[in-house]
Order: sequence, then C-alpha cells, then structure tokens
Amino acid sequence: MSTTLENPPVATPPSTTRRAVRATVAGARHRRGPGRWLVLAAVVLVALAVLSPMVIMLLNAVKSPAEYSQNGPLSLPTELYLDGLVNFWTRVDFPVKLWNSFFISAVVSVVACLLSLLNAYAIGVGRIKGRMWVVLLFLLANMLPQEALIYPLFDMARQVGLSNSQWSVIIIFTAIQSAFGTYLLASVLGTFPPALLEAAALDGAGRWRTLWQVVFPIVRPTLMVLMIFFFIWTWNEFFIPLVMLTTNDTQTIPIALASLQGDRMMDAPTTNAGALVSLLPALIFFLIFQRTLTRGVTAGAVK
Amino acid sequence: MSAPTTVRARRRPAWLAYLPYLLPGAVLFAVVIGYPLVTNVYISLFSWRGGLAPLRWVGLDNYAELWHDAAFWTSFQNSVAMIVAMVVVPTVIGLVLAAVLFDYLGRRFGGRVASVLRATFYLPQILPVAVAGVLWNWILNAQTGALNEILRSLGVQSPPNWLGDPAFAMPSVMLVLVWVQIGYPVVIFMAALQRVDPELYEAAELDGAGWWRRFRAITIPQIRPETFVVTLTCTVAALKVFGPIYVLTRGGPESSTLVPSYYSYLSFFDKSQVGYGAAVATVLTVVIVAVAAVVLALQSRAERREEAGR
Repeated sequence: MSTTLENPPVATPPSTTRRAVRATVAGARHRRGPGRWLVLAAVVLVALAVLSPMVIMLLNAVKSPAEYSQNGPLSLPTELYLDGLVNFWTRVDFPVKLWNSFFISAVVSVVACLLSLLNAYAIGVGRIKGRMWVVLLFLLANMLPQEALIYPLFDMARQVGLSNSQWSVIIIFTAIQSAFGTYLLASVLGTFPPALLEAAALDGAGRWRTLWQVVFPIVRPTLMVLMIFFFIWTWNEFFIPLVMLTTNDTQTIPIALASLQGDRMMDAPTTNAGALVSLLPALIFFLIFQRTLTRGVTAGAVK
Repeated sequence: MSAPTTVRARRRPAWLAYLPYLLPGAVLFAVVIGYPLVTNVYISLFSWRGGLAPLRWVGLDNYAELWHDAAFWTSFQNSVAMIVAMVVVPTVIGLVLAAVLFDYLGRRFGGRVASVLRATFYLPQILPVAVAGVLWNWILNAQTGALNEILRSLGVQSPPNWLGDPAFAMPSVMLVLVWVQIGYPVVIFMAALQRVDPELYEAAELDGAGWWRRFRAITIPQIRPETFVVTLTCTVAALKVFGPIYVLTRGGPESSTLVPSYYSYLSFFDKSQVGYGAAVATVLTVVIVAVAAVVLALQSRAERREEAGR
C-alpha cells in the first residue's frame, strides 16, 4: 500500500499530499519495492506510444500491398518487399534530392557560423555602442514569420536571376540562422575572459589575429554545436524551399516527399519507404552527434 | 569623447574599430530580412495580383477587409489550438516526464535508463516536419490508413475520417503536434534539473517531503528560467506553424485547421491576392512580436521578484 503511492505525480491530487508524505517516508524503507517498477512501466508505455508511428512505418515500408490489405499494418512482413523503396527512389530521383539537401545545409551551416562569429566578435568583444539593440534586432529576426518575408524575397530572387536557384535558399537561410547564432554567441563572447584579450594585445596581436588565435579556439566547441544545429534546421526547413525551388532538379528531400502526396501511385509501402529514407540522413546525423547535441540544447536553453 | 578632444584628438572610442566585423552580417541582414519586411508592409497597402501586374494603391483597405473576413478570424482562433498543442500540453507533460526521469527513475534505475528514454522522446524532434506529416497523413488516412485498419480489425464498423471530418481534423492535427513537440521540453528540463543543487532534494526528503511536494516546492521554482525559454520559443513556433498543416490538411476541411501562415500562403500563391496575403503576414508578425514582448516582460518581472524575495 505504501509503495503504490509512489506512483507518477499526476495520480496524486494535492489534497492527499499529507498522506503521500507519510507514505513516502514509509516507502523510503521499501526503496527496492514494486512501486518503482510501476513508475518505470508507465514511462516506458509513454515512450512506446511515441515510438509506435515509427515502428508502424518500419513494418510497412517492406510489406507488399497484398499482405498489407490481408494482415493489416501491425503484422510482421513475411518477406522483404522492396518495390516501394525502389519506386520512391526512382520517382523522386533520390540521389539528386539527397545531394541538394546536403549541399544547401552544409554551405549554410559553415557560412552562418562564420558570420555569427564575426557579428558576435564585434558585439561581445568589441562592445560596440548600442549592442543591446543590435542583439535584440537579431533575436527579433529569428522570430519573424517567414511569410512576412517570402513574397519580396521571391520577387528579388527573380530580379537578380536567382529564381529556382539553390543559392537563393542558401543566402536566405544563412541570414536567418546567423541571426540566432549571433544572439547566442554574443552572450557567450560577452563573458569572454578580459585577461586573455589583454595578454593578446600585449603580445602585439591585432584584432584580426586575436579573433582567430585567441577567441576562435576557445569558442570552437560552441561553434561546433551551432554548426550541427544549423545543418539539421536547414535540412528540415519546409516553407522557403517549397516556394523558392520549383523544379525537380533543385528541390530538397522534404519537398520531394510532400509533393508526392495525393499521387495515385503512392501506395502504403511507397509512402512508408519514402518517409523512412527521408528521415534516415537526419537520424544518422543525430546519432553521430548525439552527445554534442544534447550539450547544445542545454547551451541554448539559458541565455 | 565629448570634452577633452583637443588633447587626445587621435583617440577614437575603441569599439569603432570593431564595426567592420559587423559589416557582412549587417548587409546580409538588411538585404534578406530588413528590406523584405518593410517591402511586405508596403505591399500590404496595395491591391496586387503579383508578378508584372500593376500595383493599385488601396491604403488600409486590405486590413479593413481582414476585419470582416471570417476565415482570418478562424485562422487566429486555430492558433490558440496550436498553442495548446505545442506549448501547454508538451510543457506540462514534459515537466512531469523530465522530473520523473531525472529525480525518480534516474536514481532508482540508473542514468542509462533515463537517457535512453529521453532519446526516445526526443526522436520525433529530429525528423523533418514534412516527413512526420506525410507519415501521419498516411496513418490517419480514412480508407487505407494504419489507424483505421487497426480499428476495423478490432470490430469498429465505421471508424472516423480523422483528417477529413471537420469535427475530427483539429484534434488529430493537435495530437500529431504534441507528438512532434514533446521531446523538446523533456530534454531542456532534464538539462535544467542537472544544475539544481541535489542537497535541496535530500534535505526535503529528510524532512519527509514526498515526490509531489518536492516537485512543486523545488523542481518547478528552480527551473523557471528554462520554462520561460520553452514557453517563448514554442509559442512563437506555434504561431508560425506551417509545414504540418500543409502536409496534413492544407487548412481543411472547411477551414477547420486553417492557420494564419497557411492563409497568407494561400493568398500569395494560390489566389494571387498578394496585397491581402501581405496584410495577413503583417498582422501575424505584429501578433508574434507582441506575444514575445509579453512573455519577455513577464520573465524579467519574475526574475526581479525573485531577486527581491532573497
């Protein structure tokens, strides 16, 4: 009885707090009791619920349509059916889409990091006048709805001959991502140890050399995290590529997948195989950098 | 630098020399964000079919029309539902999950169990939102979708048309968004809990405070800064949401899931009412900036009160 009260807090209304208090003191003696298994089971159940759409996707990506209509979405496929995958791969010309997504995201993540560092150096180390307002402006830019920029950008791209060009998307995302990067890095560099800067000045290092030989090595871990973030964010972007990239040879993976929707040829295995290969690159990237990333999520959390 | 300029005429303030470093970023900012934003407001004062068509000055007529446009009001009402699905529900559930993982399961089953569970909750966050939408669109499909196949095999005669029925579309979309969003608060809050002094918990436990008491008296106040960050970023994201609506419902059926960003997209590229779309986008921008300002003001007030209380 005492241990079961150590259930998840949702089950305990505030009025029973007193009872719970007494119960937990008793429960502390039964630390290895069954109560903790109940809590674990409840959380694992939630985790399974989160995971279930992905499991359903995996099961049905390699199941033939005949088997799907016969045994339903939850059965294990009896044989590996790869037509869906092949169908999706050739229909969207997947290697081209993969390269487009990779090229755009890679260029954006590198250039935006560089730009963020330059901006943050002026704001955080250079302590330019009105820096509060500059940072606020960059922060604001990151919050703007892209709809408020898209039509003029679309028009400008057409005027300079960049319509349906990946470079227009690259330029736009470099600006948007570096706005966030500047906001984050400026507060990091604002607390940069002055002693290091003074030592560099005494050694006769100019501002440019100080940036690359003193500041850069120290903020490199933060820059790495930013770069991974920029890569994944750009990879996952939908609205601006949807508007700016209008033909098959320029589009990115998410746009290609979404544009196949409603197509009569899209049966269950094709849809699921398409979703699967579309999320694989991001998943692999995530697994490689998981440690760095969770640190980065934390870095972004507290300003 | 005002008074004794004669003595040190050469000496300019040190920060001026750093301005060139800001130049590339400032130029890009002006071209990609500043100029388009101003132009968008300007366009919203015209009637324009886009492209090479002539612009016709209408002043504030587009905004007056918005005021009487039922679809416009519906879209902002639906934004409230988006905030419930992307901010309120994930933050509350995320807070409880993070506290249970960190403070209960982490201590009784080891950090490894907690971090595996955390990674599971975070998984939907890394997939492209369009991919998540396509996957859910198929799962929720009325005829061939996985959910209704399962329901039919369980003996449900006519399972609902999840995305095609105006009564079900919004709850279905909200469910998908909760699924997408849940991992973000869990990860942030678990990281936040790591900086809370463990002695606080130990002292409370010695005093006989149960899990729920510790959660309310220690966890929630200690991680308030992170709660504000999560609330702000998720609220802005909820007001801006576009991708999931585009791949799940395209705003339908009967505008039951229409949101402002999708409405302005429709006006721009589908109905060729560029001025009108620009007006919708401008209103959305003002709403987002206002909401962000309110959240930031609340945050600094809470911080000040906390400092005064010490």
